[in-house]
Amino acid sequence: MNQNNKLSIEDVYKSYGNKLVLDNIDLKVAAGELCTLVGPSGCGKSTLLRLLLGQEFADAGSIIIDGAPARHPDPHRGIVYQKYSLFPHMTVFDNVMAGSRLSKQAWYLPWKRDKDDEAFAISMLERLRLVDAMRKFPHELSGGMQQRVAIAQALMSKPPLLLMDEPFGALDPDTREQMQIYLMELHEEHKLTIFFVTHDLDEACYIGTRLLVLSQYYTDDRGEEPTVARGAKIVGDYRLAREALPTTEKSSAYFKAFVEQVRANGFSPNNRCHVRDFNLKHPHSFQTLTREENQF
Amino acid sequence: MTANYKPVQPARLFGVHATPRNWHKLVLGLLPFILIIALYAYASHARKLDNPDDKLLPGFSQMVEAMQPLVMQPSPRNGQYVFWADTLSSLTRLALGCSLAFVAALWLGLNMGAFRGLEASASPFITFISMIPPLALLPMLFITLGVDEVGKVALIFIGTFPLMTRDVFIATKAIPREQLVKTLTLGGTQLAYLYRIALPQIMPRALDTFRLSLGAAWLFLIAAEAIASTDGLGYRIFLVRRYLAMDIIIPYVAWITLIGFLLDWALRVLARRLYPWYAGVNSK
Ligand SMILES: Nc1ncnc2c1ncn2[C@@H]1O[C@H](COP(=O)(O)OP(=O)(O)O)[C@@H](O)[C@H]1O
Repeated sequence: MNQNNKLSIEDVYKSYGNKLVLDNIDLKVAAGELCTLVGPSGCGKSTLLRLLLGQEFADAGSIIIDGAPARHPDPHRGIVYQKYSLFPHMTVFDNVMAGSRLSKQAWYLPWKRDKDDEAFAISMLERLRLVDAMRKFPHELSGGMQQRVAIAQALMSKPPLLLMDEPFGALDPDTREQMQIYLMELHEEHKLTIFFVTHDLDEACYIGTRLLVLSQYYTDDRGEEPTVARGAKIVGDYRLAREALPTTEKSSAYFKAFVEQVRANGFSPNNRCHVRDFNLKHPHSFQTLTREENQF
Repeated sequence: MTANYKPVQPARLFGVHATPRNWHKLVLGLLPFILIIALYAYASHARKLDNPDDKLLPGFSQMVEAMQPLVMQPSPRNGQYVFWADTLSSLTRLALGCSLAFVAALWLGLNMGAFRGLEASASPFITFISMIPPLALLPMLFITLGVDEVGKVALIFIGTFPLMTRDVFIATKAIPREQLVKTLTLGGTQLAYLYRIALPQIMPRALDTFRLSLGAAWLFLIAAEAIASTDGLGYRIFLVRRYLAMDIIIPYVAWITLIGFLLDWALRVLARRLYPWYAGVNSK
């Protein structure tokens, strides 16, 4: 099929004990996309991310990343966490160089240096305004700076797919907005493919080129009895136009109306959409329903 | 109305709000030492007035006199300076036992913390043997390993190893899982995680544990020397006890205490130099 897919997921199920969390997830993400994933809290966003990362494995279904099945964590995907992304015992520069050193420099040759990578690291630090903090340790930096370092660190090894788990969740609103703009710029500059998990719908609609809504609030033909275990599905898949990016866009009437529409469709237990009627407008969107889910 | 408020003066010494100045702290810190020495001098003097031959609380000049031959003159029997020879033997045993235990604990604890399989196998066992009172093993060690150096070093090793292992293990396990995933996604191997990411992160804490274990190590050292030895600080104390030689015992104990204090201080300085990030991370 499409060779351009950095990520393709088909019929993925995941449960913890007898609680079904992910229920028949299908998804393809093309190269160059900044794909945001939102959903109500507890719907399984982090679970899906852990599957993509290879930290846990699906009960059924296939997850293909950059052409290969997802195994244990490896350099096929980068990750930026909300915290603990940085190595506390390394300076900012060493943190950014960590990828290069861990993968190329033998432990018995610690004095061997990769000049090209070091130059790239410096340019990345310059780009993110971190050069002055280069010799500092992570705990000496503000939250926003730490996350910038974490992004630089992940980008250094040029992962085919960059996963981000609520990377700006702990930042104050101003810093957060700056970081969002940084991320969008880096995305365009480096032609990155990013899978961005957040619980903030505004953020997801604002920075993404594609918006995925994961939710457990939907119905299907399996019936309404409490015995039917139902997990979260992708209930919305939108293409987002991202032209010029003034921060005022967030306050435009159109943007607000769109956010409200997504919220109504995915975040409300009282407004359940049927699986056949999900808003899967994105051209790469696809859905394979089981017979039980779609009987009539 | 112009109320004339005086600026608040922070309390210096008393109360929970007190912030003593540095020279306050120095004086206050020295105070207990001065008090105890003065008290001793007074008591010693009072007893001397009672009985000029008193052996229990020798005066300071008496101690200097008794120590002089041990410190400054070679022993007529083997030409050694007894005090320095004792110090050297004891420190060698201590250093050997402790550093072997430290290296072994570091390696085992690190692997146990990182590899769940090894943890399952080794953790209950380490917990179990850490309950053995090491001194109870002393006769066995002397019988099997002999009364030479090996037995004493082994006692120090056995006495400090389980606890250090457990602490290194706990520290390694407490490293967030994210750090492992991060290492792997950046292209590091499992071993790279162990020795390039986890090890440097737990080193400062391991050095702390090492410092605390030194106290226990001294205990085992002195016990072993007291029971079977021909030299060493502990041996000497127990030897001269027979002659009620308080004028030698007291300086020896003071000397052991001083060495312990200096070792502790040196290790703290070393840890702060080598791992400057550690204090900052922990204060958050
Ligand atoms: N290790 C686990 N064991 C049992 N249940 C889990 C585990 N991890 C997550 N869950 C459950 O899975 C659901 C989804 O969790 P999560 O993926 O963290 O949601 P989100 O990130 O969307 O808030 C939650 O109901 C949570 O209770």
